[in-house]
Amino acid sequence: MATVSAPKQVSVKEDAEALRKACQGWGTDEKAIIAVLGRRNAAQRRQIRHVYEEIYQEDLIKRLESELSGHFEKAVYRWILDPPDRDAVLANVELKKSGNKHHVIVEISCTKNPEELLAIRRAYHARYKRSLEEEVAYHTKGDTRRLLVALVSAFRYYGEEINTTLAKSEAKKLHEAIKDKKFDNEDVIRILSTRSIAQLQATFNCYREQEGTSITKNLPKNSSDEYIAMLRMAVRCLKDPKKYFEKVLRRSIEGIGTDEDALTRVIVTRAEKDLKEIKELYHKRNNVPLDKAVDKETSGDYKDMLLTLLGNEV
Amino acid sequence: MANPCEVEVLNNALSGIGVDEKSLVSILTKSQNEHKKSMRKGCSKFFLEDERQFERWNDSAIKSLKAEFKLFKDVVVLSLMHPWERDARLFKKALKKGPPHYNVIVEIACTRSSDQLLGARKAYHSLFDRSIEEDLASHVKGSERKLLVALVSAYRYEGPKVKEDAAKSEAKALLNAIKNNNGDHKKKAMEEDEVIWILTTRSKPHLKVVYEQYKKISAKTITEELEVELLLKETVECLCTPQTYFTRVFDTALREDAKEDAKKALTRLVATQEDVDLKGIAAKFEDKIKERVKGAYKDVLLGVLADDRQ
Repeated sequence: MATVSAPKQVSVKEDAEALRKACQGWGTDEKAIIAVLGRRNAAQRRQIRHVYEEIYQEDLIKRLESELSGHFEKAVYRWILDPPDRDAVLANVELKKSGNKHHVIVEISCTKNPEELLAIRRAYHARYKRSLEEEVAYHTKGDTRRLLVALVSAFRYYGEEINTTLAKSEAKKLHEAIKDKKFDNEDVIRILSTRSIAQLQATFNCYREQEGTSITKNLPKNSSDEYIAMLRMAVRCLKDPKKYFEKVLRRSIEGIGTDEDALTRVIVTRAEKDLKEIKELYHKRNNVPLDKAVDKETSGDYKDMLLTLLGNEV
Repeated sequence: MANPCEVEVLNNALSGIGVDEKSLVSILTKSQNEHKKSMRKGCSKFFLEDERQFERWNDSAIKSLKAEFKLFKDVVVLSLMHPWERDARLFKKALKKGPPHYNVIVEIACTRSSDQLLGARKAYHSLFDRSIEEDLASHVKGSERKLLVALVSAYRYEGPKVKEDAAKSEAKALLNAIKNNNGDHKKKAMEEDEVIWILTTRSKPHLKVVYEQYKKISAKTITEELEVELLLKETVECLCTPQTYFTRVFDTALREDAKEDAKKALTRLVATQEDVDLKGIAAKFEDKIKERVKGAYKDVLLGVLADDRQ
């Protein structure tokens, strides 16, 4: 469930005016920006942008970019974009960074439903005049490339039908590949990148029944091999996306310093989807509510934005 | 007694591509038993003298006639189908029939627009409760698997923007991949990762530039270089020089010794006429069609390919 509390009825005209007021004059009224944008769903945000441009003849996003800065600006920018556009931007940012672990590419391709992934690929065309696949292919090589391009190009069947016999035999194939440490086995990439989510879930369950442990436990953790790390991430995302995101959040917060990029990414991309369940998982796992952890580890307007997206009144 | 003229008419009606339904109707409606007997005796191409004193249909003639009659039915069914369903069914059939028919998969995946290919994938979900990628990946066993799965999964950018530098270096990469494999026969060029990612993710305008660049650095064009790997050659052709591919389909189908698959290819092209750009090519073959094709099938071909239908 979503954590963002967007009222059903809003006046987008009033919202646009409020945002304009917040940006005028000396300084910026960040609290006002958070109060409006942090409590609007995607459709409403789109309308606000549209109305703002109509009335004031300027792009709201560009205006906000110039008024705000730092982690807060990044959070607002990502939040205000349309979800497919946002993911396209996140993907592009990650691809341009060198020496990267490509979490975002794996996340996008393995935690979205087929239509969402498609919308992201379209948005990528529109924004970057390239296809996401060619960009991924260009920036990666070897086994990593084969895996990521396959994942990103998938248009999985999204029915609930499963074939149990197939699940059993593919679970076996996966196990053999893992046992022989042949992770780059053709079957592995094929199964993970073409089967439907329902079918994969059945396969993972069969794996557990056959081997006694879950498939994720059998894949090497913290491997220095980029391909194996990506593989493990893909399996985790496909198997249990909420658990995966809980871990990303936990990792981003724990220890010294905070990984704001990861924190922002998870909260912004899941706030309208299943952040509530992820919060519950987080609480169960860490004995402290996510809101409290965010409160402690972040500060200023950035913190207020995150807390608002998490459903709080600041 | 059947006169020699009628025998000739019968021979003609059943020869060539398609069948002349009108002539057949007029022959049959006038024919009594004796009449038919003398026609059978006159058509040695279709009837043999059996040892037990009767004129018997030549078995292989019946078989090829079946195929010729089917041409009209196929073109009707295929043309009326929603393009998505049509392409999904063509994929499935090609996959079922096996490796010699994989060129159909290549043809469809490479000549459709990004959204049309996507539509075919959606229709495949509806018709077969699976994704086309799954089925290809699990049923294609040979070296073509990677290429086919990747081609079918493409959602290419369709704008005109091309990066010349990238195209140059990719032409070079292709040259290396192909040259290396002409010597070393352990791995085919179509299994090379470089070849696959370039051909299956780059946009068509980009690939056309790659094709041009390749010509500059090699003595041959890519398609000439790939004579040994037919599937890869057709991939490049359909993506970069589709007109060459279409011309070849027409040419092969309209020959004297044209095989069933060649005619099916023609039917396929004609049925997808709006989706692929057949202008000009059809005009070149109009005379041949008039000469070699018969009956309702001919009418469909000529009607569909006529210029004023555009």
